[in-house]
Amino acid sequence: MSEIPLHWNLVLSAFLFTIGIVGVLTRRNTLVIYMSVELMLNAANLALVAFSRQWRHLDGQVMVFFVMTVAAAEVAVGLGLIVAIFRNREHTVDVDSMNVMKW
Amino acid sequence: MSAPVIIFILVAFVAVTSAVMVITQKDPVHSALWLILNLVSLAVIYYLLNAPFLMAVQLIVYAGAIVVLFLFVVMLLAAGKEEGAHPHLGWLRPAAWIAAAAFLVGIVTVGWLQIAPPDSGGTPTPMGDPASIGRLLYSRYLLPFEATSILLLAALVGALYLGRRYEGDHTDDYGETEGTNV
Repeated sequence: MSEIPLHWNLVLSAFLFTIGIVGVLTRRNTLVIYMSVELMLNAANLALVAFSRQWRHLDGQVMVFFVMTVAAAEVAVGLGLIVAIFRNREHTVDVDSMNVMKW
Repeated sequence: MSAPVIIFILVAFVAVTSAVMVITQKDPVHSALWLILNLVSLAVIYYLLNAPFLMAVQLIVYAGAIVVLFLFVVMLLAAGKEEGAHPHLGWLRPAAWIAAAAFLVGIVTVGWLQIAPPDSGGTPTPMGDPASIGRLLYSRYLLPFEATSILLLAALVGALYLGRRYEGDHTDDYGETEGTNV
């Protein structure tokens, strides 16, 4: 089962992480920015699983489990924040209009 | 080339393509649907990497729960409109692509030069089945596991607090006072 080299997984992980960075930098829709953050978290997970297989430790896979849990908590709170800002402010999800913390 | 290698190449192509589609779609609903494809392709790669339990968790938690939450919020807020034009940010997009390309070249180069894979003899590759993951989770990682439960509880309370209505708030989600538009 070790036909796939470690490098290939890491290069794929780097590609996905970079695409996530570009998404965060170029998009102005808060929801799409959150999806880009998810892309980056998944790229990190892929690297962890690849290292876990390469060095024959299951610890990396347990780390991925924790990353997924933290991502779920982050999405719940983040989307709650977006909904709260949408209700109380401009009725928009554009980050450029969310530049005031007090109202 | 054996079957796992061919499957890996195909699935990696799907993963990169769907990730690019996530960040280029104008409609956030389309982004969320492409995100599902990306997460499913990563689940296939997890299976190729001897992690069947993580494949199941990826499909259930990410593709099942998190993307559904995204779709729910996108549709609740009717946020399908593309963001407005930002003329003063026109230079940011090419700059972001150039910086990302430089980052990618750097990380791949450094990774390729620095990482020497260990010899593949010796102990067999452990299989990430639920039993072994759970044994590790409840022995060496017991304290982080309990901390995770506190984190999820805090996230639950925080999300409830953020989503509540204020006292005396008689407006609906679109800022219109109830009863005026009947």
